[in-house]
Amino acid sequence: MNRSQSLRIDLQQIADWVRPESRVLDLGCGDGALLAHLREHKQCRGYGVEISDDHVAECVRSGINVIQANLDAGLRMFANAMFDTVVLSQTLQAMHNAEGILLEMARVARQGVVSFPNFGHWTHAMSLLAGRMPVTRHIPYQWYDTPNIHLCTLKDFEVLAAKLGMNITGRAVFANGSSVTVLPALRAALAVYRFETR
Amino acid sequence: MCESYGELNAARSNAVLICHALNASHHVAGTHTNDPSSLGWWDNMVGPGKPVDTNRFFVVGVNNLGSCFGSTGPMSIDPASGKPYGASFPVVTVEDWVNTQVRLADVLGIERWAAVMGGSLGAMQALSWTIQYPERIAHCVAIASAPKLSAQNIAFNEVARTAIRSDPDFHGGDYYAHATVPKRGLRVARMIGHITYLSGEDMAEKFGRAMREANYQFHYEIEFEVERYLRYQGDKFSEYFDANTYLLITRALDYFDPAKATKGDLVAALAPARAKFLVAAFTTDWRFPPERSREIVEALIENGRDVAYAEIDAPHGHDAFLLDDSRYHRVVRAYFDSIAREVQA
Repeated sequence: MNRSQSLRIDLQQIADWVRPESRVLDLGCGDGALLAHLREHKQCRGYGVEISDDHVAECVRSGINVIQANLDAGLRMFANAMFDTVVLSQTLQAMHNAEGILLEMARVARQGVVSFPNFGHWTHAMSLLAGRMPVTRHIPYQWYDTPNIHLCTLKDFEVLAAKLGMNITGRAVFANGSSVTVLPALRAALAVYRFETR
Repeated sequence: MCESYGELNAARSNAVLICHALNASHHVAGTHTNDPSSLGWWDNMVGPGKPVDTNRFFVVGVNNLGSCFGSTGPMSIDPASGKPYGASFPVVTVEDWVNTQVRLADVLGIERWAAVMGGSLGAMQALSWTIQYPERIAHCVAIASAPKLSAQNIAFNEVARTAIRSDPDFHGGDYYAHATVPKRGLRVARMIGHITYLSGEDMAEKFGRAMREANYQFHYEIEFEVERYLRYQGDKFSEYFDANTYLLITRALDYFDPAKATKGDLVAALAPARAKFLVAAFTTDWRFPPERSREIVEALIENGRDVAYAEIDAPHGHDAFLLDDSRYHRVVRAYFDSIAREVQA
């Protein structure tokens, strides 16, 4: 089996949106799975940014170009329009300055891809109605001990993207490992957006 | 002078060159026969099963020209005069060292190093390899380094050199003829250098304001433990290191600036490089802090080179590159694992 079989579902969607032989920047690249996949299957060249020592070591072992840095400090190391696609997968909700990172993404690449857990999922509403903050597979943290400080809904993201002058060119939503078509705003656990800077 | 560890493979593709920094030598790892105290300066990094695993790699340690540990230097006899070179020994540069290391590679039959690796000044040599001989280095491992010295770095070097050169026993560098050693100068040079190798945090942790006696003695002898430590380091150093070599190596540091030829443009300076890079820096290193390593990384990215950058949160300042830190060693080990895969392929 090739690696695409084991790729996380949002990463698989992101990979499908990346053009072969393009230059990719993966922000919060984790163990480098997406970049390794893109290198092997799409002959892409790219860099990852990651803060965790464990993940950096994993990337280095796999020969991934990983830069250990805190995304909240910005993408100063990368020049304008240096990449074809910049990816931020399941990290936006943990950024101090979510708006700032989106602007930085728009600066370094023509196309951006963002994935995040949908806070508008119906189970979250149920949880809130029951008087508790939601704890789910995609947001598996207690409120007092969570990296997720900027959770949002699909619509929230679309409004912010419009405000920042980003043109959304693709959206894919998932729940329980498969695509959601009916009532995505309530039923999507995970959203992936593709946008272009105007 | 050089030493080697491990076996060169049939394809001659598993050779790793280790470049030394200010006060080290070709003796990188292991101990010499009958001298258990002679542990190599990077023994925690290089050896069987270590991050740079000599079961897989043929590792070469080299002693640079101008050193006082075996290669020709100011202490060596000038065949023309029959006396030590002393002050007449030429000033050498990082580029000169790399040129001598290429000759060593030729003698060893190594067309291309699997990696050239170093920390601090050693990393500058590794970096220079990628510019001077891009076809002869597959990977560059540059730890705790900088693309050039800052004014502050040069200032510290100048204090050290002034201490040596103003020692009455220096005799303009020809102290061998006077059978003296400018020990006082060397001692101060080492003390000032040592302060820059440690982080403030590390010093506070190690010594704080700990005192020899419970109460102030109101004199200028050792009161504080940090004084005792610095004097000990200074004394030890002045017993074994050559003052002219100290001048020469600090000057090589000052002069290192590959972007000088490209009007300060480091991207252009690194344009010839073809190697893949691992760059690592330590958060508490204020001699060559992470932002200096990031300058290198940025220029490499701009050139589209393969580079991994690790910023290691270690408390030990510049010295961290010589110490056994698990996060640091894990990254180096991981990088050499990836090199080993390439070598086998």
